[in-house]
Amino acid sequence: MKMTNKNGRFGIHGGQYIPETLMNAVIELEEAYNHYKNDPDFNRELQELLDEYAGRPSGLYYADKLTRTLGGAKIYLKREDLNHTGSHKINNVLGQALLAKKMGKTRLIAETGAGQHGVATATAAALMDMECVVFMGEEDTKRQALNVYRMELLGAKVIPVTSGTATLKDAVSEAMREWTSRIDDTHYCLGSVMGPHPFPTIVRDFQAVISRESRAQILEKEGRLPDAVIACVGGGSNAIGSFYNYINDEGVKLIGCEAAGRGIDTFETAATVNTGRLGIFHGMKSYFCQDEYGQIAPVYSISAGLDYPGVGPEHAYLYDIGRAEYVPVTDDEAVNAFEFLSRTEGIIPAIESAHAVAYAMKLAPTMDKDKIIVVTISGRGDKDCAAIARYRGVNINE
Amino acid sequence: MSNIANAFKNGKAFIPFVTCGDPDLETTAKIVREAVANGADLVELGIPFSDPTAEGPVIQGANIRALKAETTTDKVFDLVRDLRKDVTIPLVFMTYANVVFSYGGEKFISTCAEIGIDGIILPDLPYEEKEEFQPICDKYGVDLISMIAPTSANRIAMIAKEAKGFLYVVSSLGVTGARSEIKTDIKSLVDIVRANSDIPCAIGFGISTPEQAKAMADISDGAIVGSAVVRIIEQYGKDAPKYVGEFVGKMKSAL
Repeated sequence: MKMTNKNGRFGIHGGQYIPETLMNAVIELEEAYNHYKNDPDFNRELQELLDEYAGRPSGLYYADKLTRTLGGAKIYLKREDLNHTGSHKINNVLGQALLAKKMGKTRLIAETGAGQHGVATATAAALMDMECVVFMGEEDTKRQALNVYRMELLGAKVIPVTSGTATLKDAVSEAMREWTSRIDDTHYCLGSVMGPHPFPTIVRDFQAVISRESRAQILEKEGRLPDAVIACVGGGSNAIGSFYNYINDEGVKLIGCEAAGRGIDTFETAATVNTGRLGIFHGMKSYFCQDEYGQIAPVYSISAGLDYPGVGPEHAYLYDIGRAEYVPVTDDEAVNAFEFLSRTEGIIPAIESAHAVAYAMKLAPTMDKDKIIVVTISGRGDKDCAAIARYRGVNINE
Repeated sequence: MSNIANAFKNGKAFIPFVTCGDPDLETTAKIVREAVANGADLVELGIPFSDPTAEGPVIQGANIRALKAETTTDKVFDLVRDLRKDVTIPLVFMTYANVVFSYGGEKFISTCAEIGIDGIILPDLPYEEKEEFQPICDKYGVDLISMIAPTSANRIAMIAKEAKGFLYVVSSLGVTGARSEIKTDIKSLVDIVRANSDIPCAIGFGISTPEQAKAMADISDGAIVGSAVVRIIEQYGKDAPKYVGEFVGKMKSAL
């Protein structure tokens, strides 16, 4: 299926809704990407980084105890949490940092929500000898203080963003503002499948390694494709990476789990596909949580990484054509899944990934035992322990 | 040719920007009338947006204040209806694509035509995406204003050839806000425009003093000033109209 057309459209979604100041920068990026994506040296270098540095391929683990406890479909976990830096974010960052380096850029800027993309970018910058500045909502710097420290330890400068709701969307806005002021030496290392073309395509291609591996792994282990693939969706990078190589396999259900926060019938939610409508923001046409006049909504989720009022344009398109479904998962359900997976499998998932686990916990018991589900564990949960403890009223004196 | 051309008939044009509803819509109406009385040739009326990604801290602040005061697109339309009882100079809206899109492009732009708005500036709608609203703007005779930036290079001729109303020349990299010095070689940008079009050029971003405004107007057809006006409004609130009027008078006479 050819997904992209002119100006990076996915159906009606996508596009390049950005200030004129940035247009030549994204055109230059697209040209460079189109050149290097077919360059054998570039691909060899990237593969080596993914294998030797990031620790790929990541395992596809059969969660036997989880499967037996839930008593339904067999559950496999795609272990992106085992990557270097602890999440899937490194896949995209190594690709973009290498591309930026080839383009002669010496400085990376990035936005971050939970801090995982910021940590991954700071890591790549350290490795490749580049300057790094990360924009992070002030609210998130408090929720994810450990990741702020990690980024600084890696040599990055972290700038707390106080505008708007002081969360991920404001970090994106601020990174865009910074990019318009300094383009020559700076690459904006966008962390999700969002923003103006070509970012949704570039990030998707770098994250597609998740489903390229999982497809081959499940075929090897089970001799067949899974019945469902489940991943959490904020902007949607781990989900698109988890879905991409199954899009043409019509028998494989693709399920994105959105952060419903306190519920999709409340205003404290970040479930974009379930509660938003079509709009234009952050460089793209897609679905956004917004009011009747198009003011972007101050969304909420316990997960800083899913706390974003939009969704990547390719997800919006997969939803439109009915190829993927997007289900809401509340804070409560995610926290329960966070604890449940920790106890049953000894795997502490990121609170983002726990949204996907929560839905698998609902779905698996409704399916026959010969069915197969692949759940992407997009990241590890160490960063979330303090926040979950707080949620449960436990003071761990961090 | 739209009414916008008239803004450039009275010598070099001075174009102030205000965010509607900062601190409230009544004050905005007074500010616009004071600006007109003191020589503004065109006024840019900002419709507030929750996440103005092309703005620096000063205009971001104005957007927050205006939204806090419960300013909506419909209330801004009412403000324009009131202004049009006596204000005859060209008026253009400055806002973000989602404000127009969410209202319904056709409904928004037809209302603009009906209430006497001459043009629309959308900083997040570059040349590549103008098809989103251009056909509707053409249908209702509202100018969709194009922008060029210091990084536009090979794009300038293409943009200038299709520009309507006036061409907004962004003086510097980055977001809106006063700058102590404008370093870009803007004259060479304007020269490329002149070689491809006879559209008037007005320069904006970073201009706050009469000296800067004059220097910019000397190499173009006018100067646009936003953050410096908004800062006066931030400082004086409801008492701002008089001070904005004085500022506009000083700027216009410097051109």
